[in-house]
This record gives sequence, C-alpha cells and structure tokens, in this order.
Amino acid sequence: MGALSIFPPRASTTAGEVDALYGFLLVVGIGMTALIFFFVFFFAIKYRRRSPDERPKAIHGSIPLEITWSVIPFLVMLVMFAWGTKLYFQNYTPPRRDTLDIYVTGKQWMWKIQYPDGQREINELHVPTGRPVKVTLASEDVLHSFFLPAFRLKHDVVPGSYQTFWFEATKPGRYHIFCAEYCGTNHSQMIGWVTVMDPVSYETWLSAGAGGSSMAELGQKLFEQYGCVSCHVLDQQGRCPSLRNVFGNPVKLEDGRTVIADEAYIRESILNPNAKIVSGYKRDVMPVFQGQINEEGLLQLIVYIKSLSNPPKPAAAKTAAAAGKRSPQ
Amino acid sequence: MWAAPSRWGWLNLLTPKGLFAHDTYNKLFTMHGIIMVFFFLVPSIPATLGNFLVPPMVGARDLAFPRINLLSWYIYIVGGIFAITAIVRGGVDTGWTFYAPFSSTYSNTHVILAAIGVFVSGFSSILTGLNFIVTVHKMRAPGMTWSRLPLFVWAHYATSLIQVLGTPVIAITIVLLGMERVLHAGIFDPALGGDPILFQHLFWFYSHPAVYIMILPGMGVISEIVACFSRKSIFGYGFVAFSSVAIAVLGFLVWGHHLFVAGQSMYASMVFSFISFLVAVPSAIKVFNWTATMYRGSVSYDTPMLYAFGFIGLFTIGGLTGLFLATMAVDVHVTDTYFVIAHFHYVMVGGMVMAYLGGVHFWFPKITGRLYPEGWAKFAALVVFVGFNLTFFPQFVLGYLGMPRRYAAYADEFQILNVMSTAGASILGVGYLIPMIYLAWAWRYGPKSPQNPWGAKGLEWEQSPTPPPTFNFDVPPVMNEPAYNYSGEEKEVEIGR
Repeated sequence: MGALSIFPPRASTTAGEVDALYGFLLVVGIGMTALIFFFVFFFAIKYRRRSPDERPKAIHGSIPLEITWSVIPFLVMLVMFAWGTKLYFQNYTPPRRDTLDIYVTGKQWMWKIQYPDGQREINELHVPTGRPVKVTLASEDVLHSFFLPAFRLKHDVVPGSYQTFWFEATKPGRYHIFCAEYCGTNHSQMIGWVTVMDPVSYETWLSAGAGGSSMAELGQKLFEQYGCVSCHVLDQQGRCPSLRNVFGNPVKLEDGRTVIADEAYIRESILNPNAKIVSGYKRDVMPVFQGQINEEGLLQLIVYIKSLSNPPKPAAAKTAAAAGKRSPQ
Repeated sequence: MWAAPSRWGWLNLLTPKGLFAHDTYNKLFTMHGIIMVFFFLVPSIPATLGNFLVPPMVGARDLAFPRINLLSWYIYIVGGIFAITAIVRGGVDTGWTFYAPFSSTYSNTHVILAAIGVFVSGFSSILTGLNFIVTVHKMRAPGMTWSRLPLFVWAHYATSLIQVLGTPVIAITIVLLGMERVLHAGIFDPALGGDPILFQHLFWFYSHPAVYIMILPGMGVISEIVACFSRKSIFGYGFVAFSSVAIAVLGFLVWGHHLFVAGQSMYASMVFSFISFLVAVPSAIKVFNWTATMYRGSVSYDTPMLYAFGFIGLFTIGGLTGLFLATMAVDVHVTDTYFVIAHFHYVMVGGMVMAYLGGVHFWFPKITGRLYPEGWAKFAALVVFVGFNLTFFPQFVLGYLGMPRRYAAYADEFQILNVMSTAGASILGVGYLIPMIYLAWAWRYGPKSPQNPWGAKGLEWEQSPTPPPTFNFDVPPVMNEPAYNYSGEEKEVEIGR
C-alpha cells in the first residue's frame, strides 16, 4: 500500500471482501455523482438565459421518468443491501469450528487483553494467521469500541454485557487498534497494536510468555477465594447447583422457562443471582457480586466454568482434569 | 460564530499530537456539536426564513398563534442561556450525543446545564412546528389549495410533523439522563442496573429524524430557487411534495442504523438497514426532479442559483455516501470514523447551510427591501464551495483509512489529509465571513430593491410593500393560478395526461 492509497492495509480474510463491496459502492456513487453533475452543468449551460424576456414552456413532469428514477436506484440499493447484510452476518457470527478465544477488557483508557493460556497484555494483541480468533469484549466503565482498521472490523464494548466478533488474520505485520467510541479525556490515547504472526512464530511467542496460570486456573482460584466452591459443589448435590456440564447446556428455571447457559447467563448469575433461579433451588442463598469482581476476574470465572463442561476444549481439558483432582469434595 | 469551535478544533489537528490539551479539544467538539445541531441546524431555516415566509406564502397575515411564536423565541433564548452557561462555567465533554454511562456517571463537566439547554430549546422547536401545522391547515388564502402550496411550505409542513412528534422523545431521554446523573436511578448505567444501549435507542429515535428537521427546510428552499431561476414550473411537483412527507415518515423508522456495531440484534440491524435504503429513494427523487426542472428552462446564474447548484452537487455526494453507511458490512468499518463526519457535513453543511445561504440571498430583497452586491455574493459562493470541499472531502479518505472521530491526537500517517482539511476550513471560514459583512452592509446601505427583483412567482412576492409590514396583507390575497406558474398557464395541468 503506497502512502497515497485510499485503503488501509488488508490483513484479514474479510478485509478484501469489505473492500470489494466498498469498491462497488464507490463505482455506483461516483457514477451517480458524475451523472447528476453532468446534467446540472449541461442544462445550466445549454438552457442558460439568453434574454431577460424568455418565457420557457412549462413541463410538469413525467410519470414514466419518475418511475424509472425511483425503481432503478431502488434495485441497485437492493444489491447493496443484500451484499452488505450477508457480509455483516458473516463477520459477526463466529464460526463453529475451533476458535482461538481472546478476551478484551476496555477500561479508561487502555485495552487489557487475556489469552486462555494465561498470558496478559496491555494495548498489545498477538494473533496467528490462518486461525479464526473469537474476541469477547467487556468494559470496566463506559462505552468503548474495539476497532481494527486493517481487518475492517470493529465492535462496541458495552459495559454490563459481553459483545463478540471474530476475524481470521492473513498477513503478518503490526496494525493499529483504535478506540472508536468516545470514552473521555484520553479517548485518542486508547490505542494499541495488533501483531499478526505466522503460526510458528505465534507458538514461540506463546510459549515464551507461558509459565503463569491459565485463565481457567485463575478462575478456579477466584472460585475458591470467593467461597463459591462451598455451595457449588462439583458433581454433588449442594446448596447450589453443580456447575459441571452447565455451560452451553439448557437450564430449567423455577418459573418454568428454559435458558441456555451462555456467557451472558453465567455473568448475570454471578452479579445478580436472583435474576434467574434454577428450578429446585432457593432465592437469596447466593450473595450478590455486583461491584465485587472486576471484569477480568469475571471473564476468568467464566472460562473456568466453561472448562467444567464437556466436551472440554483442547486448551481447557488439562485444566479441567486438574481442577477435578484438586477439588476432592 | 458558533461554528468557530470547529475552526479551533481544526487548528488542533494540524499536528498529530494536537496543539491543545485533550480535555480542551473534547470540550470544543462537544460545544461545536451541541450549539450547531440544537441551536443552529434545527431552528435556522424554520425560525428565520420559515417564520418570515410561511405566512405570506400561504397568503396569511401572520402565523396562527403569534404569541406562541414569540414564546418559542423566548424559550430558545432561555435554552441558549443554559447551554452558554455550561460553556462559560467550564464546558461539557460528552460529545453532543450525551452517550451514557459516560454522561450519566463518569463525566465531571456541566452535563446537566447543557442538557437542560437542549431540553428547553426543544419546546421552542415543538411550538414552531405546531404553529406551522395549524397555519398551513387553517390560514391558507382563498385558492391556495394543497396542490398550489409552495414546496417550501410543504417541506416546512413535513418538518413540523417531525418536530411535534419527535422532539418530546429527546426531552424524555434527557429527563431520564438527569434522573440517573442526579438521583442515581438505574436507567442506562449497568452498574446501577440500567442498559446503555437503551439510551442510544432513545437518543436516535429523535436525533435521526432530527437530521430531516435540519435538511427538509433546505430542500424546500432549493425547490423555490431552482424553479425561479429556471423560470419553470417545478418538474414533478407532486413527487417533490410527497417525497418530503415520505422522508418525514420513513425517517422515524431508521434510527437503529446508528447501532450496527453497538450490540443490537443483527436481525434488527437488517431491518433498519433496509429502511435506511428506502428513505434514500425520496431524496433521490428530489434531486432528479430539481435537475429535470432546468431542462428547457431559462437558467440564470444569480447568487441563489449558484448556492442551489452547490446544494444539488454536495447533497448528492452526502446522500450517496449515506448509502455506504446503510450498507452494514461497510458501516462496521467506517462508523465512528471521519467518514461519518464527512458524510453528515456534506448533508448538513454542503446541503443545509448552502440552502440557508441560498435562501437568505433569494429572499434578502423581500426581507430588507434592499439589494446586496452581486459580485461579492458570487465570489463568496465560490469560496464557500471550494473551502467546503477542501475541508470535508479528505475526511472521506481519512475515515476509510481508519481515523476515528473525536480524536484529539492521531497517528502520523493521517497528517497530510488533516492539514488539507484545516486549510480548507480556513478558506471556508473566509467564505462565511464575506456574506456576513456585505449582507450587514447592504441591509443598511444597499440600493433599494424593486418589488420582485427575480421575477419570482408566489404570494410572498406579490405582497406589497417590501419589506412587509407587521401583518403582511391589508386585503387577503387570492391565489388564482397554479403554483410556479412561470409560463402563464390558465389552470393546473396534471402530469401523465
């Protein structure tokens, strides 16, 4: 890309697709603008007033013309709509195949990034090429937006909920991370770099940072530290439901509804346990953790609870097995 | 004058690190947004040209409720005082969008004062809308049928509908915001049990239709100017008139296109995307009809027409780039970048402000009874056009390259385009200054204008003397010919017959 390119670097599988759609829009847009400019100039010159007494004959309109210039633009717009919608759904729906999960927490004014294996970075993100990466976004305070121009992707980071999107990087290099939703004084400093590496370099980088605890292990520590473990007894009937095989599965509630235990459900059940009570259990048994656990800790707890479910993901399997051994209750 | 914060802001962006402290820059762009959107773009044409011209155009002695009209002026001043107080006491740093929970919990600036300013001035907008609706329904002169109504009045009628139906929602939103900020009621801040996306839905439910409050009156002005300076009946009168109403109605159903990346349901996004494309159709119809009006006309290049040319060109670009933003996958990349800034300045400044200047020049002889210096006026129109494009065109490129909006400092590679933009803004500033000077001069010292210097059609030009007395007409006028009857026809000709 030259210095005068109108395109930022293309470093994800979707970047080329978005640029192609943008190119189509540019062609239509420039074409239409040229058409309007041509007719405005042409009419303005051809029919310029030659004498102050001119009284041109009235032309009141033409139904066929009105229909033509309503229907044709509409049909062109339908193409834009269909193309844009298809690509949007594709970019915001993570693939079912094994993704590399990365957890991003936005905080005035930095990006905190956690990897399942326990590496943590601030304002730096390392990803391999050729593997879909699913990003889960959380905010510690206000709205932010995680923007990766080289991937043509962004998603708002919304406090109080998890947002996800995914990408697959294609081209090694260092690219901008921007915060795109205004978040206060140093909004313009809430920037960082994503480093795309080939898979071998990525593994090297990953093992260089290894040695600490994985996210699931950190989550398990929190699980013990907050005393969750005394009621949520694994594989046994405790005062609270066992969390084995809960994640990703349907849960029957006391009001008869059934919900899927996803990240949002687990999050809500930690912060505000009375919001959804599992059928057969009592209200007000579990303390409210709203304001007690930070977003990073919450994500670690969720990764831990995920690791208790079958089929365990390869990265979490070891941890889950270890967790089972270490909790002989 | 209130565009000035943007000038200082542009100065700031000359260098990547920025010249001002970040907080200063954040307060400047917030002040620029609040003042320009709520205190200039929304009221400008309706409250000045509309107030002055709607009554004589429909053949009325005044608006239906003159005292309410005066009240809306006082309310506007009170709202303005609140907003200015917020600025003088240290400013606001939330952006004009007031997004929660930053505005409700985190900002330490004068959010409440500024919000009260917006809240109060909203009632001024509602009352103006109410007045126009009643005036158009009840005060039309004999013979002024709906199909003879000037398109300027049609546009104001559609605008008024939005003002009356939409503005209460922003008032409610601001009250909720105030409740959360002052009383810590959990409405938007999740830490208090609220939902930040709810704020965005409520905010844009008004603020998207509000952009049509801003642009529709401008479209009305352009219809008048194009017809007059082509000496032609407007091409497709019915289509132009009803497209205003279609825009007003559809405009209420597209707010969710501001939330494509905010975490709303993807299926909701799909519906909002589709309706956003739909609303482009009536806008396109207007542009085509204005262009077609010039066909076989007698086109003169007086200053108002130069602004109309500028409007058609810049609004076309602004409108077409709107399609980029309605296309969801592209919006994901360019939303919250300079692409959006460029798009809405093309519509709002390239469109609405061009129309406003065109309208001011067109009706200046009517309003003041004097003529302005045509040479200076044409020169200024050219300067505005060049300065505008130099300012805002580079921002489309910046946006696609990924420069986010509301950045007090930016990455080095964006500098060239930012310098171009700052240079353009300086030219644009001069372009706006020139008309202020010669119009002020002409108001006092300009040569006396004839009754109808352009040979324009419409009851406001038949009204005499110029400038009009308090109650316009001594004897109620009668509209006894079709609208825009530049060709002297006996009665209406229906198209397609």
